Amino acid sequence: MEIKEIIKAENLVYRRTPLMTDATLSYCPGCGHGTIHRLIMEVVEEMGIQEDTIGVAPVGCAVLAYDFMDVDCTQAAHGRAPAVATGIKRLWPEKYVFTYQGDGDLAAIGTAETIHACNRGENMTIFFVNNAIYGMTGGQMAPTTLEGMKSSTSPYGRNNETMGPPYKITEMIAQLEGTYYVTRQAVHKPGPVRKAKKAIRKAFELQKENKGTSLIEFVSNCNSGWKMTPNESNIWMEENMFPFYPMGDIKVDGQLVKD
Amino acid sequence: MAKAKGAIVVDIERCKGCQVCMVNCPTDTIGMAEEVNGKGYHYAYMKSPESCTGCTNCAVVCPDGVITVYRVKPN
Amino acid sequence: MKELALMKGNEAIAEAAIRAGVDGYFGYPITPQSEVMEYLMLQKPEERTGMVVLQAESEVASINMIYGAAGTGKKVMTSSSSPGISLMQEGISYIAGAELPCLIVNVVRGGPGLGTIQPSQADYFQSVKGGGHGDYRLIVLAPASVQEMADFVDLGFELAFKYRNPALILTDGLIGQMMEKVELPTQKERVSEYDQSWVTTGKTKDRERNIITSLNLDPDLQYEHNLKLQEKYKSMEEDVMFENIECDDADFLLVAYGSSARICQKVVELARARGKKVGLLRPQTLFPFPTKEIARRARRLKGILSVELSAGQMVEDVKLAVNGKVPVYHYGMLGGKIHSPDDVLKVLEEKYMGGY
Repeated sequence: MEIKEIIKAENLVYRRTPLMTDATLSYCPGCGHGTIHRLIMEVVEEMGIQEDTIGVAPVGCAVLAYDFMDVDCTQAAHGRAPAVATGIKRLWPEKYVFTYQGDGDLAAIGTAETIHACNRGENMTIFFVNNAIYGMTGGQMAPTTLEGMKSSTSPYGRNNETMGPPYKITEMIAQLEGTYYVTRQAVHKPGPVRKAKKAIRKAFELQKENKGTSLIEFVSNCNSGWKMTPNESNIWMEENMFPFYPMGDIKVDGQLVKD
Repeated sequence: MAKAKGAIVVDIERCKGCQVCMVNCPTDTIGMAEEVNGKGYHYAYMKSPESCTGCTNCAVVCPDGVITVYRVKPN
Repeated sequence: MKELALMKGNEAIAEAAIRAGVDGYFGYPITPQSEVMEYLMLQKPEERTGMVVLQAESEVASINMIYGAAGTGKKVMTSSSSPGISLMQEGISYIAGAELPCLIVNVVRGGPGLGTIQPSQADYFQSVKGGGHGDYRLIVLAPASVQEMADFVDLGFELAFKYRNPALILTDGLIGQMMEKVELPTQKERVSEYDQSWVTTGKTKDRERNIITSLNLDPDLQYEHNLKLQEKYKSMEEDVMFENIECDDADFLLVAYGSSARICQKVVELARARGKKVGLLRPQTLFPFPTKEIARRARRLKGILSVELSAGQMVEDVKLAVNGKVPVYHYGMLGGKIHSPDDVLKVLEEKYMGGY
């Protein structure tokens, strides 16, 4: 069969959602941010909720998220997105409100806002992109940087004794009564991408049920910060990040998942 | 049962040559072009178009969403 | 034997800190000054001098770590940029109220809000007039070269300990990122004696306990405390510093600090080549401000042009200094854009000719 016979409108099975704007993504080649943005917008498109969705962008590589996602967005100060989103959701409870944050934003400077929004059980969705490094500012250590991992402020590798070990804020927050759905996903291969999309859909649908906060952690890569190629970074991520930050549901229907 | 026939269209100028699609293609259809696009990236293309099944794996992992997929079902 | 290096302003601050015998640095990454902490981490200062370097979880945490350590008499510092310095304001007010020495470096970027990463000088009000709540002042140093970035670290601590007051190095993204030759200071010993009249290092049998606080519920006592602080700030005048560039025969002055002053140095050259007697008064301390120096020169001037990368903040202090005797104008690019010598020259020529 000739290629031109295959490439016809009636044979279309996948195209980038129109809810991603035309702007070229400012993310590095191979960065998971682009994939995650697209999945969120695919879900918003499929649910038909573009008019009712409000996003809150962080400080970090995704500070420009609002340039790429065609929904109303507010840019929050570093770490404050859950508080900003609370302000929005409390006054517009019928809207779909989400925050999109990196590991510095959510687990360093924003720890208090993260914990308290989840403790109050705000009916919103927190998307937490964990690539164990501060990409935007040049590759400094993050609270989730692994032991021994090099960064510009841990040039000899993270020393747990002097810098503290990495911590799993997701498991911590799952302990709070206010959280209803907590899960950890990845977007580096087709299988995980499809699972991640289902998780995003579930989290958005839960906003209508007023049962509490949903938090989805995406363990993702930062090939620039880690100083690898995209494919190398995805392999490194599987071999090093996944054992420490395991994939899967941590809390479902308000109950912690037993191992 | 014959395999589905598929084809991908890559938005060459938006592709950043990250190669994530290439390693996730189950039929080894994708390669990286020797030429570069306007930004200097070696973009993805179908090096063996006859083996594409239109499975969409490449498109769903593409961080920049530059791939559009077509598929003709068998029979 | 001079030790010379070619480095960025940010790196010079870090290297100078190690050599000044600084005991601790607590900070958080933010552009355009992350190199300060990155350089420190790379140098392994714990091996060089035993200096502690810790990346805190936020600027709020950093300034409170400074507050705790400063209360024990240690030489501690932090660095950040505008939005991060805003977060530190509460902590700075506490440090000033409790009369503790420390050094804060602000590598200013365009604002307000998240702003840009380009250089700016729009944090003058925040640094010199307050920023945090209450009647306090900071010692404010304004380097205009990588050499001064290095030199002002030790100077900052000297003044901070002399007055028991926080000192702030007010610089910007241009000086922080540019590379120049710098003569590095010699290594100082880290201090090991602490003034037992106020430090919280453990109440030994020979003294009363020390309390570090800025709380004073008795209004009379708080009044006395504030009077004491004000006396202290007045006395800082003896440490005012400024540079006089061709001011003595000038009939028009430029007043500028930091990177704006570097640009104005060129403007003086250009103006003089066109027959105009222009000079540049460059404050090196913004608090204490060279009020007396500007006032005494005012008599002989046609006018003063305050040139700042802002909408005009230092210009107010210049106006206060001349007290109406001489017209004072302002010029400056905003929001991260930098004015060129030609931009400034054009405005200067208008004002020089008596334009409005």
